[in-house]
Amino acid sequence: MAQAQTHQAGTEAHGGAHDVGFPPFATETFPGQLLWLTITFVILYTLLSKVVLPRLTGIIENRRSLIANDLDEAAALKTQAEEAGAAYEKALAEARGRAQALAQETRAKLSAETDAKRKTLEADLAKRLADAETAIAATKAKAMSNVRGIAADTASSIVEKLTGKAPAPAAIEAALDNAKA
Amino acid sequence: MASPIEQFQVKPIIPAIGFTNSSLFMLGTAAVIVVGLLFAARKRALVPGRAQSVAEMLHDFVASTLTDATGREGMKFFPFVFSLFMFVLTANLLGMIPGFFTITSQIVVTFALAILVIGTVIVYGFVAHGFHFLGLFAPSGVPGWLLPFITVIEIISFLSRPISLSLRLFANMLAGHIALKVFGGFVVSLGTAGIGIALLSPLPLVMAVGLTALEFLVAGLQAYVFTVLTCIYLNDAVHPGH
Repeated sequence: MAQAQTHQAGTEAHGGAHDVGFPPFATETFPGQLLWLTITFVILYTLLSKVVLPRLTGIIENRRSLIANDLDEAAALKTQAEEAGAAYEKALAEARGRAQALAQETRAKLSAETDAKRKTLEADLAKRLADAETAIAATKAKAMSNVRGIAADTASSIVEKLTGKAPAPAAIEAALDNAKA
Repeated sequence: MASPIEQFQVKPIIPAIGFTNSSLFMLGTAAVIVVGLLFAARKRALVPGRAQSVAEMLHDFVASTLTDATGREGMKFFPFVFSLFMFVLTANLLGMIPGFFTITSQIVVTFALAILVIGTVIVYGFVAHGFHFLGLFAPSGVPGWLLPFITVIEIISFLSRPISLSLRLFANMLAGHIALKVFGGFVVSLGTAGIGIALLSPLPLVMAVGLTALEFLVAGLQAYVFTVLTCIYLNDAVHPGH
C-alpha cells in the first residue's frame, strides 16, 4: 500500500502532488532524525574520544618515542665510534712519530759509529803509509851511500888495472863528484 | 519501477520511539566506525598491518588537517573533528552500497551537523575569549567609515556558513544518488522497450558505472571538504583576531 503510494507520488512528482513532496523536505521526519542523530553522535563521540582515539594515539606515540629513542641511541653510539676512531688515529700518529724518531736516532748513531771507525782506520793507514815511506827513504839513502862506495871501489880498481897504481881516494871522490854533477 | 527519490524516503521501523531506517543507518554508521577502528587497532602492532595502517592514516590525516588550520591549540577539538569526519565519510560510503539509506542525503542531518560545528565555534569562542570573540566581525586595519559595512558583511558571511556547509554535503549526495538511480532506470526501461531500442541500453549502463566511480570520489571529497571547513571555522574560535 505504502509502496504503491510512493510509486504514484514519484511518477506524478511533476503533476504537483502537494501532500507527499520531496522526502528530504518531509518535516514530519525531522524530530525523529534529530533525536537519533543526537543519540548516535553522542555515542560515537564518547566511544571515539574515550576508547578508540586514546588507543590509536597511544600506538602512534609509542612508535614515535621508540623511534626517537633508537635514533638517540644510534647517535650516541655513532659519537662513541667516532671518538674511538679519533683515539685510534691519534695513537697511530704517535706510534708513527715514535718509530720515525727511533729510526732517525738509530741511523744517526750508526753513521757516527761508522764515521769513527773509518777515521781510525784512515789514521792507521796514514801512519803505516808514513812509516813505510820513511823506511823506503832510509833504505834508499843507505843504498845511495852504498852505490857511492861501490863506485869508488870500482873506479879505484879500474884505475889500478889501467895504471898499475891505486889512485888517491881524494881524487876518486873528486872525480865521482864531477861525474855526479 | 521506483522513482529516483524513493531512496530518500524515511520509513518508520519502531514508530513509538521515532526509530526509522535513517536511525538504523546512523547507528550502523557509528557501529562500523567504532568496531572497524577497534578491529584495526586490536594488535597495537609496532609495525602496522594493512587495517592498522588505514586507521593510523585516518588519524594522522585528520590530525594534520586540524593542526594545519588551527595550530597546536586546535588539537583539543581532535576527537570532535575526527568523529565528524568519520561519521560523514562512513555515512557517504555506506550510502554507496545499493539498497542502503544515505543519511547525509537528509538536509536535516547535514544541517544539524553544520549547526553543531557553528555552535561549537560560537560557544568555545565566547568561553575562551569573552567579548573579544566579536572582534571576528570587525577586522583590524579597516577604515572607520567602512567598518559598519564590513561588519554587516562579516556577520552575513558568518551566518551563511552553516547553510553552505550543510547544503553542499546534502546537495552533492542527493544529486549523485538521483543521477545514479536515473541512469540505472534508463538501463531497465531501454532494455524492456523493444528489440531495437534494447541495443541502446548498455549506453546508460556505461554512464552508471562511470557515475559510480565519480560518486565514490564525491563521497570522500565531501567528507574532506566538510572537515576542512570545520577546521577553518574552528580556527576562528581559537584565534578570533584576523
